[in-house]
Parts: sequence; structure tokens; C-alpha cells
Amino acid sequence: MLERLLILSAILFCIGLYGALSRRHVIAVLISVEIMFNAVNIALVAFSRYVQPAALRATGEVTAVAESTVLAGQSFAVFVIVVAAAEVALGLALVIAMVRTKDSVDVTEASLMRR
Amino acid sequence: MDNAFTEIAFWTLAIVTVGGALGVVRTHNMFRAALLLVVSFVGVAGIFALVNAEFLAVVQLLVYAGGVAVLVIFAAMITTNVTEGNRSTGTQPFAVLVSVVLLSALVFAILQAEWMLLPDDMPAPLAAAFVDTPAAIGRMLLNEFVLPFEIAGVVLLAAVIGALSLVRER
Repeated sequence: MLERLLILSAILFCIGLYGALSRRHVIAVLISVEIMFNAVNIALVAFSRYVQPAALRATGEVTAVAESTVLAGQSFAVFVIVVAAAEVALGLALVIAMVRTKDSVDVTEASLMRR
Repeated sequence: MDNAFTEIAFWTLAIVTVGGALGVVRTHNMFRAALLLVVSFVGVAGIFALVNAEFLAVVQLLVYAGGVAVLVIFAAMITTNVTEGNRSTGTQPFAVLVSVVLLSALVFAILQAEWMLLPDDMPAPLAAAFVDTPAAIGRMLLNEFVLPFEIAGVVLLAAVIGALSLVRER
């Protein structure tokens, strides 16, 4: 099950990467990045569910550390979701600013900072 | 865990998720892409529910399928002619190449690695954490991860202020 979930995560990540590299529309690039965030979350949750915590591996018995780190992956996923939400809000604000200044949503035309 | 229901649920959700994601990157209609994105997000939420992450499944539905999707749909509708304008860049072959190479490398690494798996019959305290994930995550956020937790709040505040200042009319 772990391998399957990780392969699913890898497939989603590569789909997102393909979209982010090949699309011209700035919102399409943004949602491709969101797909990549989701792929990473699937991997984190899969690790948290199926992989032994290091503390458990070392001692072989359930310590307080093992007990409190068994859900570390899910807590990381919470932080990833927070950062992704902040990224979408800022990204869409940038899209609107770009439409105002250049009247375009084409990422290849966003060259204000290039000399 | 590995019974027939789990198998069927996993494959259905995997196909929905990957199919939605493929649709997002292939379609040329931005509105359709945003709707397919919701499909993909819901599939991911189902996968979370399948691996004992009920809290994350709910958060995924609220934040992604709810908030992020609505934001994206609004932005797509107010900024463009939604039926066109998602053309490919000239880097398409390069993008396919990079993605396929990375995917093969990842799959190779995943199948090669020797994972230290949790035993199926988990010790009782660990199994308890997976039964009541919101409580366990909440304890974690306020103990081990209290500093990242506070920083996340500051990040969200900065993002809100940044977004407002970017779209303000001057």
C-alpha cells in the first residue's frame, strides 16, 4: 500500500510539473503548482501511516516520543496546506496586478524584471 | 486493511485524482480546468480518508475544494476570456521530457527502497493515535510544533496584507 500511494503521489507530482512547465496561462501554472502540493501531501500522509517512527525503530518499544511522532507526517501536511493557501491568495493577487498593468495573463509576457 | 473494499476505493480514487489532474493540464478552457481541479482535490480527500487521515480529508475539502477552487474560478473568470488562452508554451517537449524522466526516477527509487514498515498489529498507543487524529494533531501542533504553528499564523497574515496591497487601486 505504501508503494502504491507513493507512486500515485509521484504521478500527480509529475503531472503538476508538466503543467507548470508547459502552460502559458498564469492561472494554469498556479493550479499546476497546487496539484504538486497535493502530491506531496499524499506522500506525507502515506509515510505517517505506514512507516515506522525512528524512535520506535531504535528501542523496539512504544516510547512517549514514538507515540507523539507517529502523526508528524499529518502535522506537516497541515503546514503544507497553510502555505499552499497563502500561496494561492498571493498568486491570484499577482495575476490581477498583472492583468491591470499588462492586460495579459501570458507568463511569457511577464518580463518586467528582465533587462 | 487490504480487503476488497479498500482495493476498489483506492483504485477509484486514484483514477479520479489522476484523471482530474491530467484534465487540468490538458484542457484549453480555464473554467473547465478549475472544475476538474475540484474533482482532483476531492479524490485526494478520499485518499486521505482511506489512510486514517480523516482530519486532513475534511481540511482538504474545506480549504482546497472549497476556498482555493472558488478563488481560482473567480480569478479565471474576471481576468480572461475563459474559453481560450491556455495555450502551451514552446517548451512542451522539454516539459514532457523532464516530467517523464523525473517520474521514472521517482518510481525506481520508490520500488528500490527498503521501507521500515509499521507492523500491521500496531502497539495500542500508536493505534489509538490513528483512531483520534484531530486530537493527536492538535496536541502535536501545540507541543512539538508550536513555533512553526505561530509562524504559520504570521505567514497567513503577511499573505493577506501582501495580497491586499498588490490589488489596491493606486
